[in-house]
Amino acid sequence: MIKATTLAVALVMVAFAGPALAGPTLDKVKKNGVVTCGVTTGLAGFSIPDRQGKYTGIDVDTCRAVAAAVLGDPDKTKYVPATTQQRFTMLQSGEIDILTRNTTWTLTREGDLGFLFAPPNYYDGQGFMVAKKAGVKSAKELDGATVCVQSGTTTESNLTDYFRANKMTFKPLVIERLDEVENAFYSGRCDSFTADRSGLAASRAGKAPNPDDYVILPEIASKEPLAAVVRQGDDEWFEVVRWTMFAMIDAEEKGVTSQNVDEMKKSDDPEIQRMLGVKPGMGKSLHLGEDWAYTIIKRVGNYGEIFDRNVGKDSALKLDRGLNALWTQGGLMYGMPIR
Amino acid sequence: MTAKLRILLPQLLVLAIVVGLGAYLIHNTLDNLARQGVATGFAYLDREAAFEIGEKLIPYTSADSYGRALLVGLANTLEVGVLGCILATILGLIVGVARMSRNWLIRHIAALYIQAIRNVPLLLQLFVWWDLFRVSAPPPRQAWQIMPGFFLSNRGLTIPLPSFEGGFHWDIPHLAGFNFAGGHIVTPEFAALLIGLVIYTAAFIAEIVRAGIEGVSKGQTEAALALGLKPRQALFLIVLPQARRIILPPLITDYQALIKNSSLAVAIGFPELMAITNTTLNNTGQAIEAISLMMIIYLGLSLITSALLNWYNARLALKGMAR
Repeated sequence: MIKATTLAVALVMVAFAGPALAGPTLDKVKKNGVVTCGVTTGLAGFSIPDRQGKYTGIDVDTCRAVAAAVLGDPDKTKYVPATTQQRFTMLQSGEIDILTRNTTWTLTREGDLGFLFAPPNYYDGQGFMVAKKAGVKSAKELDGATVCVQSGTTTESNLTDYFRANKMTFKPLVIERLDEVENAFYSGRCDSFTADRSGLAASRAGKAPNPDDYVILPEIASKEPLAAVVRQGDDEWFEVVRWTMFAMIDAEEKGVTSQNVDEMKKSDDPEIQRMLGVKPGMGKSLHLGEDWAYTIIKRVGNYGEIFDRNVGKDSALKLDRGLNALWTQGGLMYGMPIR
Repeated sequence: MTAKLRILLPQLLVLAIVVGLGAYLIHNTLDNLARQGVATGFAYLDREAAFEIGEKLIPYTSADSYGRALLVGLANTLEVGVLGCILATILGLIVGVARMSRNWLIRHIAALYIQAIRNVPLLLQLFVWWDLFRVSAPPPRQAWQIMPGFFLSNRGLTIPLPSFEGGFHWDIPHLAGFNFAGGHIVTPEFAALLIGLVIYTAAFIAEIVRAGIEGVSKGQTEAALALGLKPRQALFLIVLPQARRIILPPLITDYQALIKNSSLAVAIGFPELMAITNTTLNNTGQAIEAISLMMIIYLGLSLITSALLNWYNARLALKGMAR
């Protein structure tokens, strides 16, 4: 019921929202000195509060990077936890400036909901996890299985599509909170647990009674490009969020890290000079300070650093770069040229 | 200006303000949504739902429409609501009578039950029941067979069903792959929701029953006993029929509460109206339409419950005393 109330409040906010809000998010953020981001209620590696209540994760760092670019300080952020149902209404009503909540980029979410997606900060895919003792080697063997899934996600529809395409039947057990989905699966109520593969890895590492008892099956049931989301009709703000992502990817490609960014200012590479504001102009084009990308890299890091720290080799999840490697290394991460 | 008009005018004014404010809000909402490029309207109800539902009373596949999915959810809500109201009334009656028993132990057990259950949040109770059913039962392959065809596992309790396809026979559940096939299965989610709602609501009904019995004049019992009726006959033939008139009106509120509380099922994964609406809302993004529709349905269910019981109440009313 709490959720329904929050939703009702959000709906009322839509109802009372003053007319004509196009364009002002960047001005609002600069005036208030804070970027408000919608995040998960807790997903390791993406957005989760630590013991001190400080949020960490790849989505959180995306939000921090935007704050660094706009306000010169990544700590000028505020996080609003949102359930899968609340998230879109919260963005529509203007309660949050950006949604950084491992949200899949789909056509209807842009077309019908009135959003625009920034470049993905994580290319994911839906997978299935099973208990090892079930002896299942492939998702194609799951005919007739009971599958645990969180409600309000693209996962729920993909699950149906996948079983339909493979002419198999299944029984979904759809639960609202991720904690309860996990409880149900680890207690044996379901034969399989389906979610984004990064989420399965996070759950197995953090919630499974014994992580070695569970396997993630090799099949990838869907494409899940996870990206930051903003409202349509506010192009300046959209550009800021989009180019924040590109700057982090370009920085990794050019070997600019949070450690060496000051030395790199002396680089002869014209693209690095433009990126770091040594040759001015780029910041002005985005209505930002010339040190926008410098601050992102110095205070938050390049894409590789963010990946490794939150979900990659330096984290508990230990996920491979896979599709999230740079395009120069066979991945999909491709930053548009800063010029 | 007549006196009548003087009374009517302020009322009309207030009505106009309320309607005007409502119209402004609706108009402003639609305007803002249109400006943000958000689609509105109920056309989504005809689109293919493309999600599967775990438990259904009416035929449904993922190729059916969102409207049909909503009906499946409504049917599940009604199933829990109707069964819940019947069972809660029976249990509430027993506990309410026990609460007034002359036996010290029975009286105090009933009192303890009422106090404990009424004062623990329902959501918590649902989780307890769900965990209990889920964790204590074995996996399907080691299911306990209670009687032929009745298997208890963490997937639920299977029940054989009569089938008329190709002559009458029993559709006996059997283990097929991961789960049981055939017959009917009572899932842990359904059982937890139904039992949780019944036990919670019965505690409130029990107090209403007690108030009803206490509301019947003691002289009625004494007269019955003096006529030679046994205590049990006095209770069922003399006191309870009169107590019914006192019990019925507050009972409506509890029935409505039970139906509305069934929406807590989203937390434990039973696909009732609220759960289906949540999925629909997320897939289509039509939050305002989906929530409004759900509100109208719950309002409708409450009004129907109220109308049915009021009709019954009117029939029970003493002739000549009914207003």
